[in-house]
Amino acid sequence: MRFGHMLASVALGFATLASTGAKAVEIEYWQYVFDTRVKAMNQLITKFQEANPDIKVKQTTFPYADYQTKVAAAILAGQGPDVVQLFYGWTDNFIAGKMIRPLRAEAFPSAEIERDFFPIVSAMKRGNDYYGLPTAVRSLALFYNKKAFKDAGLDPNNPPKTIDELVAAAEKTVKRDGSGNIVSAGMTLDMGGQDHQWWREVLIRQFGGVPYTENDTKVGYNDEAGLKALTFYTDLQKKLKVGQAGFMDEGQAAFRAGLAAMTIDGTFRLGSFGTIKAFEWGVTELPANAQGVRSNYASYFANAITTKAEGEKLAAAEKFLKYVSSPEAMKVWLEVVGELPARRTAALTPENISHPIYGPFLKGLEYSHTTLFKDEAAQRQVAIDMANRVLIGGEDPRTSLAKAAEAEQAIIDRAKR
Amino acid sequence: MSAVAHREAARGGLWSRRSLGQKQVIWAWSFLAVPLVFYVVIRFWPTFQAFYLSVTDWTITKPAAFVGLENYGRLLGDPLFWQVFRNTFLYLILGTPISLLISFVVAYYLDRVRFMHSFIRALYFLPFLTTAAAMAWVWRWFYQPVPIGVINDVLSSLGIPQQPFLRSTTQALPAVLAPAVWAGLGFQIIIFLAGLRAIPVTYYEAARIDGLPEGAILRKITLPLLKPTLVFLVVFSSIGFLRIFDQVYNINTNDPGGPLNSTKPLVLMIYQTAFSSYEMGYAAAQTVVLFVILLVISLVQLRLMRDR
Repeated sequence: MRFGHMLASVALGFATLASTGAKAVEIEYWQYVFDTRVKAMNQLITKFQEANPDIKVKQTTFPYADYQTKVAAAILAGQGPDVVQLFYGWTDNFIAGKMIRPLRAEAFPSAEIERDFFPIVSAMKRGNDYYGLPTAVRSLALFYNKKAFKDAGLDPNNPPKTIDELVAAAEKTVKRDGSGNIVSAGMTLDMGGQDHQWWREVLIRQFGGVPYTENDTKVGYNDEAGLKALTFYTDLQKKLKVGQAGFMDEGQAAFRAGLAAMTIDGTFRLGSFGTIKAFEWGVTELPANAQGVRSNYASYFANAITTKAEGEKLAAAEKFLKYVSSPEAMKVWLEVVGELPARRTAALTPENISHPIYGPFLKGLEYSHTTLFKDEAAQRQVAIDMANRVLIGGEDPRTSLAKAAEAEQAIIDRAKR
Repeated sequence: MSAVAHREAARGGLWSRRSLGQKQVIWAWSFLAVPLVFYVVIRFWPTFQAFYLSVTDWTITKPAAFVGLENYGRLLGDPLFWQVFRNTFLYLILGTPISLLISFVVAYYLDRVRFMHSFIRALYFLPFLTTAAAMAWVWRWFYQPVPIGVINDVLSSLGIPQQPFLRSTTQALPAVLAPAVWAGLGFQIIIFLAGLRAIPVTYYEAARIDGLPEGAILRKITLPLLKPTLVFLVVFSSIGFLRIFDQVYNINTNDPGGPLNSTKPLVLMIYQTAFSSYEMGYAAAQTVVLFVILLVISLVQLRLMRDR
């Protein structure tokens, strides 16, 4: 009797397995390994599969370092994902390699995308087509050490609002030893971190220039505004001596260790700074210039549908992409990963805006820019070298700026071929 | 076993007619074939492919198109290449003699030490066992400015101004080279010790009976008889310094090869061109150049130091 029961249940199990196995469409989703991102995606997949029992989503992850190479190799070999996560800056590469397909306008109308998402989503648009949609976006803000502010006699609840106030606060909080060596920085200087984004999309604009023209295909900063922006940046070390490139190895390390009063960093740093126990820190919008002009740099990973997805898999992939870029998914992403929703309505809730940490980042999204990098690592290197020529080599900022503009233009031109 | 028996039966007299010597040769070759095939497929085939890729503009995502010698032309006109070329040879020209001199001196005297000989030898060998990446990170910390940099902390406590080390275009390369030399010492010392031990004691005894001074013994007996060891170590360490990568990459991960490319070796340039910019064709051309350099230097060294 008991045996009969067991047999029956096993048979039933096989039957259901076989029937769902036959009906369900399985699609593959790829992203790089990052603990909270994988966790958030697992939650989204579970919810999506509950609502769509006929679709199964398989998530594959691997280290960030090999990500682009592996995705490219897999798709070109006819394997790999149906829905793939990519950095917005890789879009040109992925399109050129025929790895991702444009989103069908019937499923994802452009007008709706432009109405609902923050304007930076335009970095996924080529011609009239969108090639992917983000779940979450990242922006920059000024992190400040409240304890250092208090110790220097500054109001820890009134962080700098303008560039002049930033400089004044840095001068007050910097600490030097008897020989003039910095032992605690007022402001971190780290072009290899986020400073190159700050310089490119924020400082240049605040000094009256534009970093690029003609859809980011022409370098536009080799002028007076660019020069002022670079001089301002390098003077923080050379003249004002409130910070020093290479101090504590990295800007974020200096801030973490409590040895820097201020640093500019992105939403992705919240997880790491969240574990600081030695002091209290705060976040504020990137400082405005004297005329009140603000800017910010935003970036994101988007999800796109690959050329591998066809027929019913394509339909399933579209459904999945719609779900992971829905307000509901964005809420999960914010809670689990700490990245900001890419849709205006999901992001700009009263609760989020008044949030002491998310608030400043969200306000930044309204006026942020997204650089259309051709080769992010190489373009970042140009900025690092530009600052180093002035800081280490003692080169005239004007000459260094001209060299940087020429080198970056060459990178952009080469990518166009 | 059965497969062998089957084959023997099938080929009938062919196998049994072979002499024992021939059979041994066939067996030897069938065993040698395994690593040989492996080498051809895993090493030589990709090498030939690299030669082919160097005349294309392959970028992983775009299919490869033949571009002739364009990549080589671009390389010759690229100021970064010449800087990197200079750096690579600086690593070689500084690294090889310095490391050989230090390791020879250590081995020469260690050879005479009886007290705790094995222990001291083990101490010198330890860095060689350490992962280059881990070592580079520790040294990176040594070189930091105050308040965390060990060397600068000592300097400034003595009233000496702190040094930029990795943040200087002139000091960075020697600063990166130091841990690389240090890490290689253990291996070179062991090889030198083996070489010293291989010299027959009778030569020394004869020299001492004839009253030759120690300096002359070193010049007339030790060094000439160490020549094979020396040739091996020079070639081996030259290739090592020409291919230097992990120390450089890990000691300055935020700006690998920096500042201002002053520590960037050719291998790092190849890596960045291939796996950061995805310009595989251009990277392959750089690889071919590195291959030629390694080949020429090895051949020249072997010829110069060959026994006449």
